[in-house]
Amino acid sequence: MSFMRKIGYAVGLPLILFGLWFVLSSGSESFYAPPLGTILTAFGDTWTWPAIRADVLPSLLRLAAGYLLAAVVGVTLGVAIGLDRRLRATVEPVLEFFRAVPPPVLVPVIMLFAGIGDAMKVIVIVFGCVWPILLNTVEGVRAVDSVQLETARAYGVTGPARITRVILPSASPQIAAGLRQALSIAIILMVISEMFAASNGLGFTIVQFQRSFAIPEMWSGIILLGLLGFGLSLLFRLAERRALRWYEGLRAAQRTR
Amino acid sequence: MLEVKGLRKVYQAGGREVEALRDLTFTVDRGELVCLVGPSGCGKTTLLRCVAGLLDPSGGEVEVDGKAVDGPPPGMAVVFQEYGRSLFPWMTVKANVELPLKQKKVPKPRRAELVEQSLDAVGLTGNADAYPWQLSGGMQQRVAIARAVAYEPRTLLMDEPFAAVDAQTRADLEDLVRSLWKRLDVTILFVTHDIDESVYLGQRVVMLSSSPTVVQDELTIDLPAERDQLTTRADPRFAELRTKVYQQIQLAKKGA
Repeated sequence: MSFMRKIGYAVGLPLILFGLWFVLSSGSESFYAPPLGTILTAFGDTWTWPAIRADVLPSLLRLAAGYLLAAVVGVTLGVAIGLDRRLRATVEPVLEFFRAVPPPVLVPVIMLFAGIGDAMKVIVIVFGCVWPILLNTVEGVRAVDSVQLETARAYGVTGPARITRVILPSASPQIAAGLRQALSIAIILMVISEMFAASNGLGFTIVQFQRSFAIPEMWSGIILLGLLGFGLSLLFRLAERRALRWYEGLRAAQRTR
Repeated sequence: MLEVKGLRKVYQAGGREVEALRDLTFTVDRGELVCLVGPSGCGKTTLLRCVAGLLDPSGGEVEVDGKAVDGPPPGMAVVFQEYGRSLFPWMTVKANVELPLKQKKVPKPRRAELVEQSLDAVGLTGNADAYPWQLSGGMQQRVAIARAVAYEPRTLLMDEPFAAVDAQTRADLEDLVRSLWKRLDVTILFVTHDIDESVYLGQRVVMLSSSPTVVQDELTIDLPAERDQLTTRADPRFAELRTKVYQQIQLAKKGA
């Protein structure tokens, strides 16, 4: 498929949906569901550069901090747990329990300990999205091929190099799957944590608009969130494709053989 | 110099003891090329993993250059049967060959030299930047051999390295092993289940019994040092030697 065709397929349906929304809502008298035209005008008026700096940027910074911290913690602990059978037997049931707790219910609890500042929001994001990263890393590390490990040992690839050169790359497709899941969870938690208690941020602003009956502005915030999530997942996919090119190639080679 | 003395390996499998190796004793002299051949399931791979220091024996001892093996000895390289799993698919051919050298703290210019020389030696010039999965099975095993050669080992262990490649590639790779051995002054222990291969390659063939394994017999291969696939395999002496090995393996299978 040519590049232009691919783009066409990718944006075709969204354009149709937006078009439908625009046409169907154009005569809307409803206060809560204003015409898309009105929402788009509000979008332009609301999300100016100062507003982006005041509300979008803080959200993104908290998201980045929480997500990166979760990635570091998840991968580090995941490698340790994946490599040690006894540690795994000890902590795995507990991990499954924590993973089963819906992260939004932790917001009030974490607020008690960490207050309502940035730290609380970052902790909420870390706590919510560390699990898929951690558990996928454990699985990925456990699945490293025994012949690869023996090869590394026989050739003196031990210590830190064993982890960075053999175990992490071998587990990387699975770690990436965990990171992808974690990204969508992180975005959700970014918004939710701001809806509880905040003085800026996207979630906070959207709730403010709703409470002050600025309905078109509220809708424009939701559209912005959607676009943001879409953009971030696109970025992630690009980075993943680059980092895991070998894996795609390997799989393609295995299919044809 | 490689010495295996009274080597024994017992596996614990579900509360049951399985004796894989009973009592193995043989030596490989410095610079010698010895083939180990035995019926399938006779514990060849177990033996090789014990010699490589990847598996702790239950009894007996392995000594390499006078030192007891209790982990992978420095100066020993291994070529595994499963080339597809032994090469790292996230690294290029060059990086695969270079990684052990980096670990050995070989300086960078010397590393580049070794990588290039070893890839040339196995006939992979120009494939340094390919990934292993872009190459055929035979070429992948050449990469694994290049990695072993670049490591500049004193001892080279090969575990049925050509069991998974086609017959023609296999003949080429056998000749490659012979020529590398003659050039590099390296001790080679070559494990195989292929009787013809063991006679064609080895200066000496050590035959193993069925499991629980002991040394069934040893045979010195008095074929000329210059060997090639056509004349050596057509040599009546080759046929005699292969018959002797074959008879011993048949005896081993019957448990005599």
